[in-house]
Amino acid sequence: MGHVLREGLQQVVNGLSMGSVYALIALGYTMVYGIVKLINFAHGDVMMIGAYVGWLATSRLHMSFVPALLLAMASCALLGVIIERIAYKPLRNATRVAALITAIGVSLFLEYGNMLVASAQVRSYPPVLPSVSYKVGGVYLQYGAIVIFGTTIILMILLTLTVQYTKIGKAMRAASFDKDAALMMGVNVNSTISATFAIGSALAAAAGVLYGAYYNTIDPLMGIIPGLKAFIAAVLGGIGIIPGAVVGGLVLGLTEAAVSALGASTWRDAVAFLILILVLILKPSGLFGKNVREKV
Amino acid sequence: MKVLNRKNLAILLAVLVAYGGIQAAIAARLVPPFYSVNLMLICVYVILATSLNLINGVTGQFSIGHAGFMAIGAYLSAIVSVKLHGPLGAAILAGAIVSAGVGFLVGLPTLRLKGDYLAITTLGVGQIVQVVFFNTNYVGGAAGFTVPRTVNWTWAFWLTVISIVIIHNFTNSTHGRACISVRENEIAAEAMGINSTKYKVMAFSLGSFFGGIAGGLYANYMYLIQPTTFSFLTSFNILVMVVLGGLGSMTGSIVGAVVMTVLSAYLSNFPEWRMVVTALLLIVMMLFRPSGLLGTKEFNLGFLGKKGESRAA
Repeated sequence: MGHVLREGLQQVVNGLSMGSVYALIALGYTMVYGIVKLINFAHGDVMMIGAYVGWLATSRLHMSFVPALLLAMASCALLGVIIERIAYKPLRNATRVAALITAIGVSLFLEYGNMLVASAQVRSYPPVLPSVSYKVGGVYLQYGAIVIFGTTIILMILLTLTVQYTKIGKAMRAASFDKDAALMMGVNVNSTISATFAIGSALAAAAGVLYGAYYNTIDPLMGIIPGLKAFIAAVLGGIGIIPGAVVGGLVLGLTEAAVSALGASTWRDAVAFLILILVLILKPSGLFGKNVREKV
Repeated sequence: MKVLNRKNLAILLAVLVAYGGIQAAIAARLVPPFYSVNLMLICVYVILATSLNLINGVTGQFSIGHAGFMAIGAYLSAIVSVKLHGPLGAAILAGAIVSAGVGFLVGLPTLRLKGDYLAITTLGVGQIVQVVFFNTNYVGGAAGFTVPRTVNWTWAFWLTVISIVIIHNFTNSTHGRACISVRENEIAAEAMGINSTKYKVMAFSLGSFFGGIAGGLYANYMYLIQPTTFSFLTSFNILVMVVLGGLGSMTGSIVGAVVMTVLSAYLSNFPEWRMVVTALLLIVMMLFRPSGLLGTKEFNLGFLGKKGESRAA
């Protein structure tokens, strides 16, 4: 019995680390969706670029973990703004499908563009985090897992404070509630949307660096599956809702850990997508969402 | 309108010449393997693109999981031809019917979703299909499923022609018109008494059926099918063909499929460049000509017929 319990707790730790990565990516998805109603397919690839910047900073420039994390976040914030300005802004009033196709295009461009620049080979992260584990009650807590979980919580608190108490946060909430009304009230919607992309991309970059540091290997296509899973997490929590994204990410991470623990790790992706389909059919507004009636 | 009017006869003649010419060249061993593989792939992708166009272009839904239905058709037809020793025609038909059945079952609940939600759900379905075949040892699992080559040019060509004719006739039928009205304005269509769910599911199942046919052709030609062949990159590839040709234009989808297949054949030594070019093409197209090369227009041979008929086409 004790053994089973320990094994279970170990899987909870694993699930929370992966779930934190999903949560960080999901935050960006949910913020962007809340404000421009676009599934930013390229978001997972921004996370990949973040992981590469972090890799470059640590292995080539010999930076330590925190400066590398900040550098990756800053460069991806810039990248997010550039993507929004070039690819999404001209399409803001076009059909949703056109914007979605563009997002797929941006996603493919980032993946294969990076493959041209950095080659398709798998890169391994230098050991930026000490590989020690603490044994707490029979469960091994890896240092990396603590860092991932801690960073996610800190970033989430910072984000909540920003969105709730700063001027730009207020503008974001106003714009996502009603863009036109916000514009009439003097909110600069364009710069608010840029800020949303910048913050979301920075969070994705953080997720990328944490992913690289914890799981050690990165490659140009690494962002696709976590990106899709993060979208599932965002839908699960209720898209557009910030705490929902975090809870969705953690729930998804724990579910996947449970599936792996049951010896069915190759079915993980199928289970994640099954959750998505069930949520969309049964409660499309997500765990934290309110039902919105459709108007003609 | 007569079926055998001047325009249809001209098309029939062109089709026969295309078939006969290439068949003669193959029989005379004038076609190197590189070209025959790509001719076959063109047929497969033309079927995939026109069937996806029926869902995405004509009915205005947004599926990005078409490779999943191709996979179902491919694996089911392979099971019938390899494990049950059935004839090729039965194998391809069985694959297509199962694919249409899955399309129906998936479409019924999910087609209530709109736009991006539907997109991500279809992507999920495609992914689930891939995982299921990956974990099924009966069909070879991750290593793949070896299938002898039984498809030849005759099969591929005529199945493509039949698929195009059926999809074309469906689009121009009462049901097709209903699908177009759902695309143009679902609420208005409902108000006019069109059961939008019925037509969405109908188009989705029919699209899945032909996706399955394409999969059957592919499986029985390529010697080996693997779950990874049917990843969402394949789905995106089909989507690119439809979008570049023009969502809603069947001839556009055919042109898109041919152009993209030829392009990827010649750039197959530079796969990264191929994808970067595709991605840029997609972005630039959406920014400057979001309706695709042909929009919803059809490229046709109307100028061969009488004036009135070319308008009607």
